[in-house]
Amino acid sequence: MKKILLALACATSAFAAGSAVANSRDHIMIVGSSTVFPFSKVVAERFSLKTGMKAPKVEPTGTGGGFKEFCKGVGVGTPDIANASRRIKDSEFKSCQENGVKDIVEVFIGYDGIVIANSKKSEAMNLTRRDLFLALAKVVPDPKGGENLVPNPYKTWKDVNPALPAKPISVMGPPPTSGTRDAFVELGMEGGCKSFPWIAALDKSDNARYKAICHGVREDGAFIEAGENDNLIVRKLSENANLLGIFGFSFLDQNADVVNAARVDGQEPTFESISDGSYPVSRPLYFYVKKAHVGVIPGIEPFLEEFTSERAWGDEGYLAEKGMIPMSSERRKDVAGSVKKLESMSM
Amino acid sequence: MSNTNKKAPARTMDLVERSLARRYGAEKRFRFYGVISVVIGVLALALLFWEIFSAGLGGFRQTHIQLTLKFDPDVLEIADARDARQVQNGNFEGVVRAALAERFPAVLDRGGRRDLNGILSIGAAFDLRDKLVDEPELLGQTRTYWLLADDDVDTYYKSLREGNAFTARTSEARQVWIQELIDGGELRTQFNTRLFTSGDSSEPEMAGILGAVVGSLLTLLVTFILSFPIGVAAAVYLEEYAPRNRFTDFIEVNISNLAAVPSIIFGLLGLAIFIGLFGMPRSIPLVGGLVLTLMTLPTIIISSRNAIKAVPPSIREAALGIGASKMQMILHHVLPLAMPGMLTGAIIGMAQALGETAPLLMIGMVAFIMDVPNGISDPATVLPVQIFLWSDSPERAFVERTSAAIMVLLAFLVCMNTLAVWLRKRLERRW
Repeated sequence: MKKILLALACATSAFAAGSAVANSRDHIMIVGSSTVFPFSKVVAERFSLKTGMKAPKVEPTGTGGGFKEFCKGVGVGTPDIANASRRIKDSEFKSCQENGVKDIVEVFIGYDGIVIANSKKSEAMNLTRRDLFLALAKVVPDPKGGENLVPNPYKTWKDVNPALPAKPISVMGPPPTSGTRDAFVELGMEGGCKSFPWIAALDKSDNARYKAICHGVREDGAFIEAGENDNLIVRKLSENANLLGIFGFSFLDQNADVVNAARVDGQEPTFESISDGSYPVSRPLYFYVKKAHVGVIPGIEPFLEEFTSERAWGDEGYLAEKGMIPMSSERRKDVAGSVKKLESMSM
Repeated sequence: MSNTNKKAPARTMDLVERSLARRYGAEKRFRFYGVISVVIGVLALALLFWEIFSAGLGGFRQTHIQLTLKFDPDVLEIADARDARQVQNGNFEGVVRAALAERFPAVLDRGGRRDLNGILSIGAAFDLRDKLVDEPELLGQTRTYWLLADDDVDTYYKSLREGNAFTARTSEARQVWIQELIDGGELRTQFNTRLFTSGDSSEPEMAGILGAVVGSLLTLLVTFILSFPIGVAAAVYLEEYAPRNRFTDFIEVNISNLAAVPSIIFGLLGLAIFIGLFGMPRSIPLVGGLVLTLMTLPTIIISSRNAIKAVPPSIREAALGIGASKMQMILHHVLPLAMPGMLTGAIIGMAQALGETAPLLMIGMVAFIMDVPNGISDPATVLPVQIFLWSDSPERAFVERTSAAIMVLLAFLVCMNTLAVWLRKRLERRW
């Protein structure tokens, strides 16, 4: 028994020693969007293999969760980089400033497209954003006309738009916690919502109501929340020819043999149409760097250099290979230049 | 009574015989329900195993391509292979490209070349670097190696062999090259050793579970070292010393309650206390182990108490009777006799902890970590988290690797549970 007690004492002191390590860090710590996660980890890996430095740790916390950690303050216990699938919000920027995170470098890295797809067993759809809004919103303008709202009455796509097939509306998409869902709602549904002039007018007069109308997704079973796993959605699509799914472009790229992407507003989601902005449901991707950590945590500068190199984010770079859609080459040059100078952002 | 007497002489025997068929029937049905339940359980398990094994067996094989390479000092820009810095920055990709260009001399245009270079993994170049580090004499020599193929090639080749080729990510030119390599015997699948020898990677062909396995072991080590002594000490006190009163009843109820708390709550607690209050870093096995300790403690306390309870009082009394102190009685007699039961409980608790992801999500162990952790304060992830991260990746080739990793996790769980059963069978005493 004495031996056990001795072993216990040793173990306890080992833990004490372990926790003392906390005041220095030899790897970069990245948090944030799960959309940027796959891109961030490729760069992390290439950076580590090339330089022989320790690989950055990339944690997919979601954009909002990432900023929360990022803005907690300056110090080795806080992240160095926050990935985001949208721009930092005023409130987040302010909270960063209040906690002493004064200088932040904003890096625009490229685009991500959100696709609406169905199984190859049925034909690809040709949708407009208005169709998407009418099919998936919780409340829609009364089909009989007038400026009042009714709970979504549409059962089939043909009800929404006579040009569409008479298939039941059944769409599988991510839950509200997901950035993909936010982007789909804001770029897809809201786009269609605004096509009703009287709702668009509400944006100015009664913003809360406008948001409730345009961002409310129906809860009567036509929209199925699938959890944050895009692979699951793809698998379900291959089993049910009537089902539509909403997921990121990289999953379309990898599963082009089983699913068809719908055209939105006449545009097919391709590298080109997303990059030049003609495909409407696409969003910008960013990451944010804590300037106070540059030079303190080893490797941040070479990591930034790797991320902003043509080899990584160029038209033929390895990020494009992973499904990120690159910006125009002038834009890349611009961003790379300001990153090199570590220009801090302002709001 | 008199009525029945008139009609027929109602002997008990007749009554029994009349109801006999019905009772046999009921008996049969009762047994049948049991058999059905067992069959449903076994079928569910078989389905799970079939699903995982059929998808995952491919994950243990990886496509390789044979190439003859020249370690040309001019291409590599390495003058001295013993200079670590020069080797680190060597242009190994250039060597691979040159070898591919030599193998397929007909490909001349830029786009075609780029497409050709893509059939090999970026890991191939780094493998060559490791080879040169091990054997500096290789500089300037020509060798033939089996190099790691890209995951798209891997997926294409495997689907081709199954007769249902996945061509969406493989251009027609590539398909021709791959066919040429297959015909020449220069493309084959080998055992996927990387799966067991490397950490996570964003490239499926380079990804392995070693980092996650080591992370799991470190986390479990911390959990075991903390939870077993604390759990046993608590059980001994509660069984042998604590008076029976309201207060100990209250503690007992709370321990049982704690065992039923959803595990994510322990993660929130860990985030608030260990990371928030004590300022420990995120994503390390030490914090993971502490959180899982909180989670497994109730299991260990409850099973340890049962094991101590099972030791017959006569043994305690005999020890006390010949003059042992209470502590001697516990340490010399009760604990050794209860040890198998307590260990079984601890192993089952550990097996539970091994499969946990929810509490680790909160403390940052759900992350991309490439390096294999060296200690309890290095960032790490664990096996079930690795499976979760892979299952969420878009790359096709990760699907089979996810199932392969599940098979490894299942193997660990089966081993631990077998050990628990074996310990119980082997060491348990009956009185």
